[in-house]
Amino acid sequence: MTTLTVNGKRHEVDADIRTSLLDALREHLALTGTKKGCDHGQCGACTVLVNGRRINSCLTLAVMHENDEITTIEGLGQPENLHPMQESFLHEDGYQCGYCTPGQIVSAVGMLGEFKDGWASHASGDLEGKLDLSDAEISERMSGNICRCSAYPNIVNAIRKASETKETA
Amino acid sequence: MRPFDYQRPAGADEAGRLAAEPAARFIAGGTNLLDLMKLEVETPERLVDINGLGLRDIEETDEGGLRIGALVTNGDLSADHRVRHDYPVLARALLAGASGQLRNKATTGGNLLQRTRCGYFYEPTAPCNKREPGSGCGAIGGYNRIHAILGASEHCIATHPSDMAVAMRALDAIVETVKSDGSTRELTLAELYRLPGDTPEKETDLEAGELITAVRLPAPIGGTQIYRKVRDRASYAFALVSIAAAVRLADGKIETARLAFGGLAHMPWRDEAVENLLVGEAPSDALFGKAADTLLSDAKGQGDNDFKIPLVRRTLVAVLREATGSTQQ
Repeated sequence: MTTLTVNGKRHEVDADIRTSLLDALREHLALTGTKKGCDHGQCGACTVLVNGRRINSCLTLAVMHENDEITTIEGLGQPENLHPMQESFLHEDGYQCGYCTPGQIVSAVGMLGEFKDGWASHASGDLEGKLDLSDAEISERMSGNICRCSAYPNIVNAIRKASETKETA
Repeated sequence: MRPFDYQRPAGADEAGRLAAEPAARFIAGGTNLLDLMKLEVETPERLVDINGLGLRDIEETDEGGLRIGALVTNGDLSADHRVRHDYPVLARALLAGASGQLRNKATTGGNLLQRTRCGYFYEPTAPCNKREPGSGCGAIGGYNRIHAILGASEHCIATHPSDMAVAMRALDAIVETVKSDGSTRELTLAELYRLPGDTPEKETDLEAGELITAVRLPAPIGGTQIYRKVRDRASYAFALVSIAAAVRLADGKIETARLAFGGLAHMPWRDEAVENLLVGEAPSDALFGKAADTLLSDAKGQGDNDFKIPLVRRTLVAVLREATGSTQQ
């Protein structure tokens, strides 16, 4: 048995040792908001937060996360109580088909956490100076999330607007 | 994915013993290994999960440098204020690699040991001497746009994909390991990595069960530090060519030039003759051109990757201009 703590709740999962964290969430815990896109860490649809940091849940084994706090899209918000980032994607129309959207939203929340912790990016002119969350910074920091419908302009708008509200990250 | 035995050792000694057989693999972040296991390019019979071993600290050393634990993530390392201030070429190389999600999982030790992204290596039905010794090389005479122009052999023309390791090679980093018998040793990156020769399946000098525990950076060398990466898209792509540079000027002449290259060879490339040619000279395009001539004197294109020869020349000249504050002449 593998013990996983997901969205604040402990679960016992009886899964083959080869089970990825993504498959454990979707197939064993019925948390299907986290999507399987490429299953090789290239698309970002499977992004979850582990101890507050975003990772690709397809490229890690469930058994490697027994002592971690895992947050999925379901843990960020629910239809009756949306997370500010979810509200912002709705308001800015930050998607077309919606398949990559949970990964985009979880990744964006993790990304804003990194930004607030002062992490620089490849797009930052100065590694040590004050950082501005420009559109170029958002695009660079979100490059691990692919959108097949190419809704990028509205995704960037949604993240920028959400970053301007205090309670997002 | 093939079945495997999964072990979570409590200490480095136990980890080494558990991994001291050819069919065992250490797993840390797992972002490269699990990808390869899904494709059955890697088929370990045992995974030794080292995430419980600590090795997550970045400490200052007595010599004024840093010791980076093998399990420090690429994200945490790139964010460390000492790395950003004292080793900017390393911070820049880390930030130029992979995606935010991958950097939060990929570790320092694992990044050093990541495998080539050669498409023939990744495709189990294709010939590949690295994956299956003696089966041939599909890339020679095949699709070889991303492949090596330096140090390759008739058996393998794969490149090492890391950005981090290129910066570490320029910084003269030292890799600390513990063997399965408990003894420890230190290797430079030139000693850690091997050229393909006729054993491309053997990529490093590490023995079975030998664990990287830390990477040590010598005291900061200052100067102007640059990591320039040329790739097919602006983010989240491997380097076609990359250069890590640390250059210091004194009295209008180049006092120090440390240059390491990614995307060119089976290991992060460094050429002392190039650096020696630059030191003591006043910066000029003529000098930079001579440096490129020296670097590329043995370069060999494979067809699709012929473009890398002029590309690395132009990139080197651009990096040296920027590092020395000189303008186009």
